[in-house]
Amino acid sequence: METEFTPWLSLGGGMMIGASAVLLMATNGRIAGISGLTSRAFARATDGEARGVSALFVLGLLLAAPLWALVSGGWPQQWVPSNPVLMAVAGLLVGFGAVFGNGCTSGHGVCGISRGSMRSIIATVTFMAAAFVTVLVTRHMIGG
Amino acid sequence: MKQLFALISGLFFGLGLIVSGMSDPAKVLNFLDVFGTWDPSLAFVMGGAIAVTAPGFALITRRLPRPVFGGAFHLPTRNDLDPRLLSGAALFGLGWGLGGFCPGPALTALPMLATGTLVFVPFMLIGMWLARHAGQFPNIFAKGATQ
Repeated sequence: METEFTPWLSLGGGMMIGASAVLLMATNGRIAGISGLTSRAFARATDGEARGVSALFVLGLLLAAPLWALVSGGWPQQWVPSNPVLMAVAGLLVGFGAVFGNGCTSGHGVCGISRGSMRSIIATVTFMAAAFVTVLVTRHMIGG
Repeated sequence: MKQLFALISGLFFGLGLIVSGMSDPAKVLNFLDVFGTWDPSLAFVMGGAIAVTAPGFALITRRLPRPVFGGAFHLPTRNDLDPRLLSGAALFGLGWGLGGFCPGPALTALPMLATGTLVFVPFMLIGMWLARHAGQFPNIFAKGATQ
Protein backbone atom coordinates (compact mmCIF):
# COMPACT_ATOMS: atom_id res chain seq x y z
CA MET A 1 0.00 0.00 0.00
CA GLU A 2 1.39 3.39 -0.99
CA THR A 3 1.49 6.30 1.42
CA GLU A 4 1.94 9.94 0.57
CA PHE A 5 5.38 11.52 1.08
CA THR A 6 4.85 14.24 3.70
CA PRO A 7 8.20 15.95 4.34
CA TRP A 8 6.82 19.14 5.93
CA LEU A 9 4.25 17.51 8.21
CA SER A 10 6.81 14.89 9.22
CA LEU A 11 9.43 17.54 9.92
CA GLY A 12 6.92 19.59 11.94
CA GLY A 13 5.68 16.55 13.87
CA GLY A 14 9.28 15.54 14.52
CA MET A 15 10.00 19.01 15.92
CA MET A 16 6.97 18.64 18.22
CA ILE A 17 8.41 15.34 19.45
CA GLY A 18 11.73 17.09 20.06
CA ALA A 19 10.01 19.94 21.91
CA SER A 20 8.24 17.40 24.12
CA ALA A 21 11.56 15.71 24.94
CA VAL A 22 13.10 19.10 25.82
CA LEU A 23 10.09 20.03 27.97
CA LEU A 24 10.25 16.76 29.92
CA MET A 25 13.99 17.18 30.47
CA ALA A 26 13.64 20.81 31.60
CA THR A 27 10.74 20.16 33.99
CA ASN A 28 11.38 16.61 35.18
CA GLY A 29 15.01 15.93 34.31
CA ARG A 30 14.04 12.75 32.50
CA ILE A 31 14.72 11.29 29.05
CA ALA A 32 11.58 11.01 26.92
CA GLY A 33 12.17 7.35 26.14
CA ILE A 34 8.78 5.74 25.69
CA SER A 35 9.83 2.16 26.39
CA GLY A 36 11.57 3.20 29.62
CA LEU A 37 8.69 5.40 30.77
CA THR A 38 6.09 2.74 29.93
CA SER A 39 8.07 0.00 31.60
CA ARG A 40 8.58 2.14 34.71
CA ALA A 41 4.92 3.15 34.83
CA PHE A 42 4.10 -0.52 35.43
CA ALA A 43 7.14 -1.62 37.44
CA ARG A 44 6.54 -2.20 41.13
CA ALA A 45 10.21 -1.70 41.92
CA THR A 46 10.30 1.90 40.65
CA ASP A 47 10.18 4.67 43.25
CA GLY A 48 6.90 6.50 43.60
CA GLU A 49 7.82 9.76 41.89
CA ALA A 50 9.40 8.18 38.82
CA ARG A 51 6.43 5.89 38.52
CA GLY A 52 3.90 8.72 38.78
CA VAL A 53 5.69 10.90 36.25
CA SER A 54 6.04 7.96 33.86
CA ALA A 55 2.37 7.02 34.20
CA LEU A 56 1.27 10.61 33.53
CA PHE A 57 3.47 10.85 30.43
CA VAL A 58 1.90 7.61 29.14
CA LEU A 59 -1.57 8.97 29.96
CA GLY A 60 -0.72 12.06 27.88
CA LEU A 61 0.22 9.82 24.94
CA LEU A 62 -3.08 7.96 25.26
CA LEU A 63 -5.04 11.24 25.27
CA ALA A 64 -3.42 12.61 22.08
CA ALA A 65 -5.57 10.78 19.51
CA PRO A 66 -8.89 11.45 21.34
CA LEU A 67 -7.96 15.15 21.59
CA TRP A 68 -7.09 15.14 17.88
CA ALA A 69 -10.45 13.54 17.09
CA LEU A 70 -12.28 16.05 19.27
CA VAL A 71 -10.66 19.04 17.56
CA SER A 72 -10.57 17.82 13.95
CA GLY A 73 -13.74 15.75 14.00
CA GLY A 74 -12.10 12.47 12.96
CA TRP A 75 -9.40 9.97 13.95
CA PRO A 76 -5.96 10.34 12.38
CA GLN A 77 -5.44 8.26 9.26
CA GLN A 78 -3.97 4.82 9.93
CA TRP A 79 -3.67 1.31 8.60
CA VAL A 80 -2.65 -1.36 11.11
CA PRO A 81 -1.66 -4.93 10.17
CA SER A 82 -4.57 -7.07 11.34
CA ASN A 83 -3.04 -10.57 11.55
CA PRO A 84 -3.28 -11.21 15.31
CA VAL A 85 -0.45 -13.76 15.44
CA LEU A 86 1.90 -11.40 13.59
CA MET A 87 0.96 -8.49 15.86
CA ALA A 88 1.36 -10.58 19.02
CA VAL A 89 4.86 -11.66 17.98
CA ALA A 90 5.72 -8.11 16.89
CA GLY A 91 4.48 -6.67 20.19
CA LEU A 92 6.40 -9.19 22.24
CA LEU A 93 9.63 -8.51 20.31
CA VAL A 94 9.24 -4.72 20.45
CA GLY A 95 8.50 -4.67 24.18
CA PHE A 96 11.19 -7.17 25.11
CA GLY A 97 13.84 -5.78 22.76
CA ALA A 98 13.29 -2.15 23.74
CA VAL A 99 13.57 -2.74 27.49
CA PHE A 100 16.34 -5.35 27.15
CA GLY A 101 18.35 -2.95 24.93
CA ASN A 102 17.62 0.04 27.18
CA GLY A 103 15.67 2.05 24.64
CA CYS A 104 13.59 2.37 21.51
CA THR A 105 13.14 4.86 18.68
CA SER A 106 12.62 7.76 21.11
CA GLY A 107 15.12 6.97 23.87
CA HIS A 108 17.99 5.88 21.62
CA GLY A 109 16.93 7.30 18.23
CA VAL A 110 16.01 10.81 19.34
CA CYS A 111 17.23 11.54 22.87
CA GLY A 112 20.37 9.36 22.83
CA ILE A 113 21.59 10.56 19.45
CA SER A 114 20.89 14.15 20.53
CA ARG A 115 23.21 13.62 23.50
CA GLY A 116 25.85 12.13 21.24
CA SER A 117 25.69 8.78 23.08
CA MET A 118 27.73 6.12 21.30
CA ARG A 119 25.53 3.37 22.77
CA SER A 120 22.44 5.02 21.33
CA ILE A 121 23.99 5.56 17.91
CA ILE A 122 24.99 1.89 17.72
CA ALA A 123 21.57 0.76 19.00
CA THR A 124 19.77 2.95 16.45
CA VAL A 125 21.88 1.67 13.56
CA THR A 126 21.23 -1.90 14.78
CA PHE A 127 17.44 -1.66 15.09
CA MET A 128 17.13 0.29 11.84
CA ALA A 129 19.16 -2.35 10.01
CA ALA A 130 17.11 -5.17 11.59
CA ALA A 131 13.86 -3.44 10.63
CA PHE A 132 14.94 -2.76 7.03
CA VAL A 133 16.00 -6.40 6.61
CA THR A 134 12.74 -7.63 8.18
CA VAL A 135 10.62 -5.63 5.72
CA LEU A 136 12.86 -6.67 2.82
CA VAL A 137 12.32 -10.33 3.72
CA THR A 138 8.59 -10.16 4.51
CA ARG A 139 7.62 -8.00 1.54
CA HIS A 140 10.04 -9.11 -1.16
CA MET A 141 11.27 -12.60 -0.34
CA ILE A 142 8.35 -14.47 1.18
CA GLY A 143 5.79 -13.10 -1.18
CA GLY A 144 4.41 -10.26 1.00
CA MET B 1 3.72 20.86 38.67
CA LYS B 2 6.19 18.17 37.66
CA GLN B 3 3.32 15.78 37.16
CA LEU B 4 1.31 18.28 35.10
CA PHE B 5 4.26 18.89 32.79
CA ALA B 6 4.84 15.15 32.42
CA LEU B 7 1.24 14.84 31.23
CA ILE B 8 1.61 17.79 28.84
CA SER B 9 4.89 16.36 27.47
CA GLY B 10 3.20 13.04 26.80
CA LEU B 11 0.25 14.69 25.12
CA PHE B 12 2.51 16.85 22.94
CA PHE B 13 4.65 13.82 22.08
CA GLY B 14 1.55 11.92 20.96
CA LEU B 15 0.31 14.84 18.86
CA GLY B 16 3.77 15.04 17.26
CA LEU B 17 3.57 11.35 16.38
CA ILE B 18 0.15 11.89 14.78
CA VAL B 19 1.12 15.03 12.82
CA SER B 20 4.34 13.39 11.60
CA GLY B 21 2.52 10.27 10.39
CA MET B 22 4.57 8.00 12.62
CA SER B 23 1.49 6.71 14.47
CA ASP B 24 0.42 5.10 11.17
CA PRO B 25 2.12 1.69 10.71
CA ALA B 26 1.53 1.89 6.95
CA LYS B 27 3.90 4.88 6.80
CA VAL B 28 6.48 3.22 9.03
CA LEU B 29 6.48 0.00 6.99
CA ASN B 30 6.78 2.00 3.77
CA PHE B 31 9.72 3.94 5.22
CA LEU B 32 11.41 0.60 5.84
CA ASP B 33 10.53 -0.68 2.35
CA VAL B 34 13.29 1.00 0.35
CA PHE B 35 12.93 -1.44 -2.56
CA GLY B 36 9.14 -1.21 -2.72
CA THR B 37 6.62 1.50 -1.91
CA TRP B 38 9.27 3.67 -0.21
CA ASP B 39 8.04 6.70 1.74
CA PRO B 40 11.06 8.60 3.13
CA SER B 41 8.89 10.79 5.43
CA LEU B 42 10.09 9.24 8.68
CA ALA B 43 13.66 10.38 8.07
CA PHE B 44 12.22 13.90 8.41
CA VAL B 45 10.56 12.98 11.71
CA MET B 46 13.84 11.87 13.22
CA GLY B 47 15.69 14.82 11.67
CA GLY B 48 13.16 17.32 13.01
CA ALA B 49 13.16 15.74 16.46
CA ILE B 50 16.96 15.70 16.76
CA ALA B 51 17.22 19.26 15.39
CA VAL B 52 15.20 20.44 18.39
CA THR B 53 16.34 17.96 21.06
CA ALA B 54 20.12 18.24 20.54
CA PRO B 55 20.39 22.03 21.09
CA GLY B 56 17.59 21.88 23.68
CA PHE B 57 19.32 19.26 25.82
CA ALA B 58 22.67 21.03 25.49
CA LEU B 59 21.16 24.33 26.61
CA ILE B 60 19.30 22.77 29.55
CA THR B 61 22.18 20.76 30.96
CA ARG B 62 24.57 23.69 30.56
CA ARG B 63 22.33 26.47 31.88
CA LEU B 64 20.22 24.74 34.51
CA PRO B 65 21.82 23.35 37.66
CA ARG B 66 18.74 21.14 38.12
CA PRO B 67 15.32 20.67 36.50
CA VAL B 68 12.92 23.62 36.81
CA PHE B 69 10.80 21.93 39.47
CA GLY B 70 13.71 20.51 41.46
CA GLY B 71 15.21 17.05 41.69
CA ALA B 72 18.09 16.01 39.46
CA PHE B 73 18.75 15.23 35.82
CA HIS B 74 18.49 11.49 35.23
CA LEU B 75 20.94 10.96 32.39
CA PRO B 76 22.40 7.63 31.29
CA THR B 77 26.12 7.50 32.00
CA ARG B 78 27.14 4.21 30.42
CA ASN B 79 29.25 4.29 27.28
CA ASP B 80 30.26 0.65 26.93
CA LEU B 81 28.74 -1.67 24.34
CA ASP B 82 27.33 -4.91 25.67
CA PRO B 83 25.51 -7.91 24.17
CA ARG B 84 22.26 -6.80 25.82
CA LEU B 85 22.23 -3.49 23.96
CA LEU B 86 22.90 -5.11 20.60
CA SER B 87 20.59 -8.13 20.97
CA GLY B 88 17.83 -5.97 22.43
CA ALA B 89 18.09 -3.48 19.57
CA ALA B 90 18.10 -6.27 16.97
CA LEU B 91 14.98 -7.93 18.45
CA PHE B 92 13.29 -4.56 18.72
CA GLY B 93 14.06 -3.81 15.04
CA LEU B 94 12.70 -7.20 14.02
CA GLY B 95 9.41 -6.55 15.82
CA TRP B 96 9.24 -2.98 14.49
CA GLY B 97 9.65 -4.25 10.92
CA LEU B 98 6.95 -6.90 11.43
CA GLY B 99 4.25 -4.74 13.01
CA GLY B 100 5.16 -1.19 11.99
CA PHE B 101 4.71 -0.07 15.60
CA CYS B 102 7.28 1.03 18.15
CA PRO B 103 6.09 1.78 21.72
CA GLY B 104 5.10 5.48 21.37
CA PRO B 105 2.98 5.13 18.23
CA ALA B 106 1.38 1.91 19.53
CA LEU B 107 0.20 3.65 22.72
CA THR B 108 -0.89 6.73 20.76
CA ALA B 109 -2.92 4.57 18.36
CA LEU B 110 -4.44 2.44 21.16
CA PRO B 111 -7.61 4.58 21.67
CA MET B 112 -8.44 4.10 17.97
CA LEU B 113 -9.01 0.43 18.86
CA ALA B 114 -7.77 -1.22 15.65
CA THR B 115 -7.61 -5.01 16.10
CA GLY B 116 -3.88 -5.14 15.40
CA THR B 117 -3.17 -2.45 18.01
CA LEU B 118 -5.35 -4.16 20.61
CA VAL B 119 -3.26 -7.31 20.17
CA PHE B 120 0.10 -5.52 19.90
CA VAL B 121 -0.02 -3.39 23.05
CA PRO B 122 -0.72 -6.13 25.67
CA PHE B 123 1.98 -8.33 24.14
CA MET B 124 4.37 -5.36 24.15
CA LEU B 125 3.72 -4.89 27.88
CA ILE B 126 4.32 -8.62 28.47
CA GLY B 127 7.58 -8.33 26.51
CA MET B 128 8.65 -5.37 28.67
CA TRP B 129 7.83 -7.32 31.82
CA LEU B 130 9.86 -10.28 30.60
CA ALA B 131 12.84 -8.04 29.80
CA ARG B 132 12.69 -6.41 33.23
CA HIS B 133 12.76 -9.82 34.86
CA ALA B 134 15.16 -11.42 32.39
CA GLY B 135 17.89 -11.50 35.02
CA GLN B 136 15.72 -13.78 37.13
CA PHE B 137 15.47 -16.42 34.41
CA PRO B 138 19.09 -16.55 33.24
CA ASN B 139 18.68 -20.02 31.75
CA ILE B 140 15.83 -19.06 29.47
CA PHE B 141 16.73 -15.56 28.36
CA ALA B 142 20.02 -14.27 26.98
CA LYS B 143 22.98 -15.68 28.83
CA GLY B 144 25.26 -13.16 30.46
CA ALA B 145 22.45 -10.76 31.25
CA THR B 146 23.30 -8.69 34.29
CA GLN B 147 20.58 -6.85 36.07
